[in-house]
Amino acid sequence: MTGELYASLRRIIALVRKETYQIVRDPSSIVIGVVMPLLLILLFGYALSLDVKNLAVAVVLEAPSPAASELAAGFRLSPYFDATVITSMEEARELMLERKVDGIIRLRPDFARQLAAGTAQVQVIVYGGDANRGRAIESYAEGAVAEWTARRLSAGQGTATGLVTVVSRLWFNEAVDSHYYLVPGLIVMVMTLIGAFLTTMVMAREWERGTLEALFVTPVRSAEILLGKTLPYFALGMLGLALVILAARFLFDVPLRGSLVVLIGVSMLYLLVALGMGLLISSYFKNQLIASQITMLVTYLPALMLSGFVFDLRSVPAPVNAIASAFPARYFVSIMQTVFLAGDIWSVILPNAAVLAGMVLVLLVLSIVATRKKLV
Amino acid sequence: MWASLFRVVALVRKELLAILKDPRSRYSFLLPPILQCLIFGYAATYDLNDIPYAVFDQDHGAAARELLSRLDGTRVFHRIANLTRESDIAAAIDDKKALLVIQIGQDFERNLLLGKAADIQVIADGRNSNTAGVASGYISTIVNDFNAHWSADHGLDAPPVQVTERAWYNPWLETRWTMIPSLIGTITLIQTMMFAAMSVARERELGTFDQLLVTPLRPYEIMVGKALPAMAIGLVQATTILFVAQLWFQIPFQGSYAALYAGLILFVLAAVGIGLFVSSIANTMQQAMLYAFVLIMPFALLSGLTTPISNMPVAFQYFTLINPLRYAITIAQRVYLEGVGMDRLIPDLWPMALIAMFTLGTATWMFRNKVQ
Repeated sequence: MTGELYASLRRIIALVRKETYQIVRDPSSIVIGVVMPLLLILLFGYALSLDVKNLAVAVVLEAPSPAASELAAGFRLSPYFDATVITSMEEARELMLERKVDGIIRLRPDFARQLAAGTAQVQVIVYGGDANRGRAIESYAEGAVAEWTARRLSAGQGTATGLVTVVSRLWFNEAVDSHYYLVPGLIVMVMTLIGAFLTTMVMAREWERGTLEALFVTPVRSAEILLGKTLPYFALGMLGLALVILAARFLFDVPLRGSLVVLIGVSMLYLLVALGMGLLISSYFKNQLIASQITMLVTYLPALMLSGFVFDLRSVPAPVNAIASAFPARYFVSIMQTVFLAGDIWSVILPNAAVLAGMVLVLLVLSIVATRKKLV
Repeated sequence: MWASLFRVVALVRKELLAILKDPRSRYSFLLPPILQCLIFGYAATYDLNDIPYAVFDQDHGAAARELLSRLDGTRVFHRIANLTRESDIAAAIDDKKALLVIQIGQDFERNLLLGKAADIQVIADGRNSNTAGVASGYISTIVNDFNAHWSADHGLDAPPVQVTERAWYNPWLETRWTMIPSLIGTITLIQTMMFAAMSVARERELGTFDQLLVTPLRPYEIMVGKALPAMAIGLVQATTILFVAQLWFQIPFQGSYAALYAGLILFVLAAVGIGLFVSSIANTMQQAMLYAFVLIMPFALLSGLTTPISNMPVAFQYFTLINPLRYAITIAQRVYLEGVGMDRLIPDLWPMALIAMFTLGTATWMFRNKVQ
């Protein structure tokens, strides 16, 4: 019995060694293990930002008056706006059509007169092609106008009225920095890519080239083949994980409020899920072209779009929500955001981790069934 | 000339047969775009239509009740709990049961009636700060509304300045209207580029590329023969998504199909060019796929699809200039929503032509000069 176990272990080690050579000698594996995580870190860390700043707007000052100029100056000095002050609506329309500005703040010629009479109008026109940005401009314009109003009131140029004001606080992310939730999501992307893509190609290639049939006549068992294929890529994945965690902590100062052990443990679990998906797809399709297309469809895009990473899953209709639940990414995103920003909150971590563990089991069993030694 | 055309047509026919004969690959080019467009059309939105929240009301006055009933009346906000202790706030948010908690202090109504500013605290879950920001924005709108009514009911002066808002081309500022035209380019890019990248690498790996080189086909003819089928796939996919956008999501199409397709053809040409360029460098399909992917990822992320280009650091903004998806998204949005004509699109059209020329030229050169 021990002898058999020893022999099995030797076979696995041999396979792992062969696979490791292949990884080290093929530049494309290094690309995915090292270049890809670094690229993603740079992209997500520096290039992607949902923070509101530099909203390009044109302030149309149709007839200058002290009050109107003061309000226009408020827009120009605001850190949120990149405002150009112009004098005619035609010019503003042209700027909008040339896509130089995303919004127009219009102060009509009778602004000062209306203000003296009681209530003046400020018209805000936004470019609806980018709805998110349009909404940001609307709300920050309201804010800028309200601030100016408040300044006028405190300067005694009007009457004070008691009204409800909203004091907002953002827990876990007081500085409202979108890196805080983009970087934990980045780990999900890196793990998905490394896990699913590498293994997909590996198994499908052996099938396509017929080398798997050669393996079948050796004493190696299916489970050993799978293990031999998985271990080296698992190591590569952990390397990617280490890179991303270091970047998150030291490059972007994203706090890690939970424990590192939980973070690594859950990431390993998810890496297994991703590897399992890759193995299953490639053992099922046995063709690199189709396997790569399918992997792209069921791993990368759902991890980006259906995981709650960028787009919140609270707003999707029930059927789409159900589809999102079939992919592992959403559970991992939920855990990552919590462990990084909120802490070890077990009521979030445990149920999500349990789903991931269940997925690992199902995927492994299915992969072993699909790689059974049989000729096609 | 005739002979050349004949050879290209033969190659195109063979390529198309290879794709269409296999039912699995046939479906893998038609079904995914439709499914993706449907799923992402619903999922890719920053709008919120279900915000679970909890209330910690220490005032229990009529004004607080009225304010809260305004929230509940929106159907977007739904109250999951009335908290009685301050310590419950953390529990409600930590477990992700509530996206936000509204805390109304003891002297809320008294302050309001005295003409002093009355605060309400909104504590939001910042694990996704964008969602939290959108939700807080909704609350501000509702509170402004409440304020306007309160002023009118209590004979106070109306606020001195009123802001009226209008959104051009997308009156309700729906994210979906922005997103789906952008998906035409995004979904098409991913599959066409992958397909083109794999096409030559596959022949190399199977050894059939050398056979192709000894046929009378010239390198540029091979390139055209490989590019045309990939372009056809891309255009069919783009058209499919256009159908879904108009028939399923009912987003009104404002522009001209001629302008849109002029942009799409150039875009698909550029995407195929980049794919073939990658293919000409790669030795195996695995390499081709990975290299293509390393390009697709920044293309997708730095295109303005998820985050605006003007928010990016300058170096990345320069990179977007060689990104065909950036131009495709601009063109699709502008033609689809704004209805602009060709004259406004020229700044977005010529860079794609340039990208296509460069990549296709280099790929052809590589075909000839790279024999293993």
